[in-house]
Amino acid sequence: MKTDIAVASEQPDTGRRQPGFAALFSGPAGRSLGLVIALVLLCVVGVITSGSLFMSFDNVMTILRLASVIGVVSIGMTFVITGGGIDLSVGAIVALASVWASTLATQTLATDTHWIVMVTTALLVGGGCGLINGLLIAYGRMAAFIVTLAMLAGARGLAEIIAQKQTQVVTVDAFVDFFGADVLGIPVLVVIFALVSIAGWVLLNRTTFGRRTLAVGGNPEAARLAGIKVKRHTTLLYVLLGLACGLAAVMLLARTTAGTSTHGLLYELDAIAAVVIGGTLLSGGRGTIVGTVLGVLIFTTLTNVFTLNNLDTSTQAVAKGVIIVVAVLLQQRVAARNGST
Amino acid sequence: MSRSRFLRTIGVVAAVAAFAAACTSNEAASVQTNLGPRAVSSNDEPGKEVVIGFSGPEADHGWLAAINSTAIAEAKRYSDVTLRLAEGTNDPSLQISHIESFINQGVDAIVLLPTDGAALTEVATKAMEAGIPVVNVDREFTSEFAARTTILGDNYGMGISAGTYACKLVEEHNLGPDAVIAEIAGLDSLPLTQDRSDGFKDALRECGQKVDHRVAAEFTVESGEAEASNLLQAVPKIDIIWNHDDDQGVGVKAAFDNADRNEFFFIGGAGSANAMRWIQDGEMEATVLYPPTQAADGIRLARLLAQGKGMSDLVQVEVPRRIVLNAPVVTKENVDKYLPLGFES
Repeated sequence: MKTDIAVASEQPDTGRRQPGFAALFSGPAGRSLGLVIALVLLCVVGVITSGSLFMSFDNVMTILRLASVIGVVSIGMTFVITGGGIDLSVGAIVALASVWASTLATQTLATDTHWIVMVTTALLVGGGCGLINGLLIAYGRMAAFIVTLAMLAGARGLAEIIAQKQTQVVTVDAFVDFFGADVLGIPVLVVIFALVSIAGWVLLNRTTFGRRTLAVGGNPEAARLAGIKVKRHTTLLYVLLGLACGLAAVMLLARTTAGTSTHGLLYELDAIAAVVIGGTLLSGGRGTIVGTVLGVLIFTTLTNVFTLNNLDTSTQAVAKGVIIVVAVLLQQRVAARNGST
Repeated sequence: MSRSRFLRTIGVVAAVAAFAAACTSNEAASVQTNLGPRAVSSNDEPGKEVVIGFSGPEADHGWLAAINSTAIAEAKRYSDVTLRLAEGTNDPSLQISHIESFINQGVDAIVLLPTDGAALTEVATKAMEAGIPVVNVDREFTSEFAARTTILGDNYGMGISAGTYACKLVEEHNLGPDAVIAEIAGLDSLPLTQDRSDGFKDALRECGQKVDHRVAAEFTVESGEAEASNLLQAVPKIDIIWNHDDDQGVGVKAAFDNADRNEFFFIGGAGSANAMRWIQDGEMEATVLYPPTQAADGIRLARLLAQGKGMSDLVQVEVPRRIVLNAPVVTKENVDKYLPLGFES
């Protein structure tokens, strides 16, 4: 929770300081603290119902590995939503990137040269899709909802065409070996998720890029008057998310050892849900990477606790729905209070 | 103001308490299907207590729902089986984590119907390496090392059965060499659909016929209706239609009824209870069975594997590596025999 404290110190509370327990819940740190408490309670439920099994290193890694793919997408999504946008096409982009990076031609080239070819392909495809989204939204003056809805349909369709609706098995062993390995016992996928989280946090909280993102999302007109190239910045945000999708596709390729046009189904909903319960405002202008990471962890831990307890997924879907509603209700109260002070 | 913050805390706590409550109020799905008399052997007597993990795709159509419910029912029949259920996902990444959980829990055997055979091969191999026998159901892995036993319906055989029956119809009704034969396939991205289509094509070739029109739906009622409507629009007169899947068949049949078209012989696939009732009523010619009891058989095999038993009707003392189920044609003559196997879609 080091980063959590850092957020608190770096963004001083605008409201009045309250003494005691209640003070912990004001400001961004408070919002994250609420999520931490929810996560801890979820873990307590896990420990009570499944005992040492839940706490075992293997099980924690199972949770983190599951969280890593959707986590990388969610961190990209945090930037787009903070910048006042939305992207419904992330799942489709993941599918397209996974397919393009595992075609026979790509894999043959990768075998002859280096597996990095597959990674580059996925990142280029993801970034390219993001660029198209961004250009249409920023310079084409189209609604983000519509543009990315079109990309959702188009990218998955293209993925089906390229893969001919078949599953493409990854035969480049070096690729699977690299991403399937452990670093000091931690799976590479989890390490990537951690690195992306840290990079995302630094980018949003410690750089001009991050401050511009907040400005563009908060009030684009004011941002423009302040000299920020709003259109260019918006485009960059979608490219960033596209790259995150490309990386997620690489991770999914390694995890499943296959690329198919059915990868990433409904990732857009999972990512948006994680970002929103994390405390990023859907209307833009405020974003938190720590919150997003916690949001992803809450959902994946919930899934794990349900699986360990032999419970069906329908109940789990209901629980997910309840979490989203409760989290957003709380968020609105915070927003209303901050508006009045 | 501090009170509202306190309320917020309470809110979070209450939310989590609600999930905890949800955790305790769950009951296993209730299940029907009496599959009639079974062979009784000493294998059915209680043996070593075993824990079996079962994971399958989301039950978004009747056949998959029947796969789940018959598997659960089968596990309940044995007092020595504890079933760990992780049903219901179309996301291979999530299903992989389910299998990882089973490995962490140290279950005695895993029954796995993968969302995508290739995508689950790696983790199944991991389970096998951890000493947990994996029973692969319906959608095959890409490696021989990923499963101890594979049990699957005969998709190619299904196509052969449907095609052979179509040939018989052509001959019996003198439809001639120019008979118009149409095919409404299922989800084209699944290898099983391609196998079914290949079988159909090959069987038709035997009697000098071919598939004149082919469309592909997605196993859902909605897609079946849409594709069948398009097909009827495109082809004014059809002699024989084979629809791969009786779940989408509900929509296909609706499209036939809406268009008031019944000049053709309608052959189905999978064998839902609906389809069998239509056959009884003379509204459908036949359907080719694709047993929804594969996972139930998988549970039985997993139990035998975990207990170190063989199959009592075989001389060999171990469970076979591979079992391919038959794909018989259900017609008016034999529908009563198969009706108990029919699943509700």
